[in-house]
Amino acid sequence: MSAAVHGGPQDRGANRPRQATPLLSARGLRLAFGGVKAADGIDLDVMPGEFLAIIGPNGAGKTTFINMSTGYLKPQDGTITYDGQPIIGLSPRAIVRRGIGRSFQLPQLFTEHTVLENAALAIAAHAGIWSPFTPLLRRGYHDQAMALLDRFGLGPVAQSRADALNEGARKLADIAMAVALQPRLVLMDEPTSGVAAAEKMGIVETLVRVLRDTGVTAVFVEHDMDVVARFADRVAVWSQGRIAALGPPQQVLNDPAVLRDVIGIEASPPSGAGH
Amino acid sequence: MSATDRALAAPPRTMRLPEALLAVLGAAALVLVAFLAPWLKFVLTVALAKGIAVLGILLLLRAGQVSFGHSMFLAVGAYTVAFLAPAVPEALLLLPLGALLAGILGLVIGLFVVRYRDIFFGMLNLALSMVLYSLLEKLYALTKGTDGIRVSGLTFAGITPDRETQEWVMFGLALVLAIGFGLLVRAYLASPMGRALAGIKTRETRLEFMGVSARRVLLFAYVMSAVMGGVGGTLVAMTTRHVTPQLAYWTSSGELVFIAILGGAGSALGPFLGATAFELVRVYAAAAVADAWQMILGGVLLAVILFAPGGLWGMLTSRLKGRGA
Ligand SMILES: Nc1ncnc2c1ncn2[C@@H]1O[C@H](COP(=O)(O)OP(=O)(O)OP(=O)(O)O)[C@@H](O)[C@H]1O
Ligand SMILES: [Mg+2]
Repeated sequence: MSAAVHGGPQDRGANRPRQATPLLSARGLRLAFGGVKAADGIDLDVMPGEFLAIIGPNGAGKTTFINMSTGYLKPQDGTITYDGQPIIGLSPRAIVRRGIGRSFQLPQLFTEHTVLENAALAIAAHAGIWSPFTPLLRRGYHDQAMALLDRFGLGPVAQSRADALNEGARKLADIAMAVALQPRLVLMDEPTSGVAAAEKMGIVETLVRVLRDTGVTAVFVEHDMDVVARFADRVAVWSQGRIAALGPPQQVLNDPAVLRDVIGIEASPPSGAGH
Repeated sequence: MSATDRALAAPPRTMRLPEALLAVLGAAALVLVAFLAPWLKFVLTVALAKGIAVLGILLLLRAGQVSFGHSMFLAVGAYTVAFLAPAVPEALLLLPLGALLAGILGLVIGLFVVRYRDIFFGMLNLALSMVLYSLLEKLYALTKGTDGIRVSGLTFAGITPDRETQEWVMFGLALVLAIGFGLLVRAYLASPMGRALAGIKTRETRLEFMGVSARRVLLFAYVMSAVMGGVGGTLVAMTTRHVTPQLAYWTSSGELVFIAILGGAGSALGPFLGATAFELVRVYAAAAVADAWQMILGGVLLAVILFAPGGLWGMLTSRLKGRGA
């Protein structure tokens, strides 16, 4: 997680030592639902410190990959190691405790709690939730939760009920709860889907700033190619349960095969990529 | 938001002051009534005892779960008193013993039922309570079946009070325990574990992805609720001086759920409001219209669900808020 890796769009990934051990490593993952092959031989290494984008059409198996990596789904075949240790068969709880956080395509907030309570609960979950008689919002957790929310720009809505937030704020709160657990790797499922176009870049910038600051390695599923071009170190292109292409965005996003077969009409090559 | 959702919603923060104030006023009112109408002391004591058991129902409601078998813990507390009183007549020992046994049973049953949710959770509790009911009914040699057991003479801190004094002692004990458990539940619901408990209702998966076992969170609440059921049961047995299997029958469990909804789940005061109203209506309606009183209770419940989903507690606080505004 050297500073160079985070240097900026120009030198993204350039100084990453080729022989570094991957933080997350998947080999030969297979999982079919009936006849649908949601994972059909996934091999992927996520390197420490990188931002890896996953793109691909609906139903390609992107969420399935995150679900398998977080213990929510068990692959029928293949291995996943995190930090050198196999994690297949561990519960989501055990995997979270090892340092893999995730956010959800549909934000999973405690809808009847305030945003502040959501954040405080995540912080308490990390610190040890088993205290039955001291208030959740006692000073320590309250202040830590406010600090966390402020970093995500959510300070002003801290007292709102979580179900009263707009989609962008919900997505950010969802990710904030993952970050509260101080993961080394976060897997984000479509952090910008459903977010109004005008808000989108602002949200991603906030997000990337917080994640870079904390030195977290990130994998994110993304449909917006401008976001991918701007913030990803590498892009993995999912197609029918397989990885169809993998590489730096300027290469992948200009690959005619990828454009034709995978991105299709979803996007034209992003203006910023390729120079 | 459905009616039940509203009934189960956590109270807004602004309710805190009236809550403390109402608790003090309510306790004072109970003492006053017990003074002015001594024949109601018995009714109020039973109401407080049931209120403690209903507090346990409230905990589970916060997780969105309804137990239709919770009176089994009340029965365990009550039969503990009935069985042991001849050997250990000391009420101040029987009380924690009843709570402990109910808690142990709650742990054993809890380990099983916290794996289930919603209708399965409710019905499993019901089924297990009916097992206890049949045991109490069928093991005649031990329990005297449906005849029940008379509770033999009790001592309080070694003293055997006369009847009038004992009524006051039981009333006082129930009131003190009600306040104690009310405060405990209030603190618990605001704690990380209590807030996580409420999270089971809305986003259980998120708890797991925070590294927290939702089952363990629910189990703690379940054991706590069983202990409170046990405490309620010991108090009921010591007050009524007679225990029968009816205590564990499913209608008794239904009554606890009824009281929880009547009182409102928004505050730890709800169960006591509900239990007091329930017992008073029962006494007066039963006297006035004999067997039709269940119909009155049914009507009241219907009205609460339709027009005051926050229960009596919700009605009271919205009144106060309306006046304050
Ligand atoms: N739990 C499940 N049970 C049955 N089928 C499933 C399940 N999860 C995923 N699938 C199927 O597997 C395929 C891949 O789904 P997945 O959610 O991983 O796609 P995705 O790439 O995330 O799509 P999207 O962009 O729409 O989110 C789809 O055909 C989906 O219907
Ligand atoms: Mg998906």
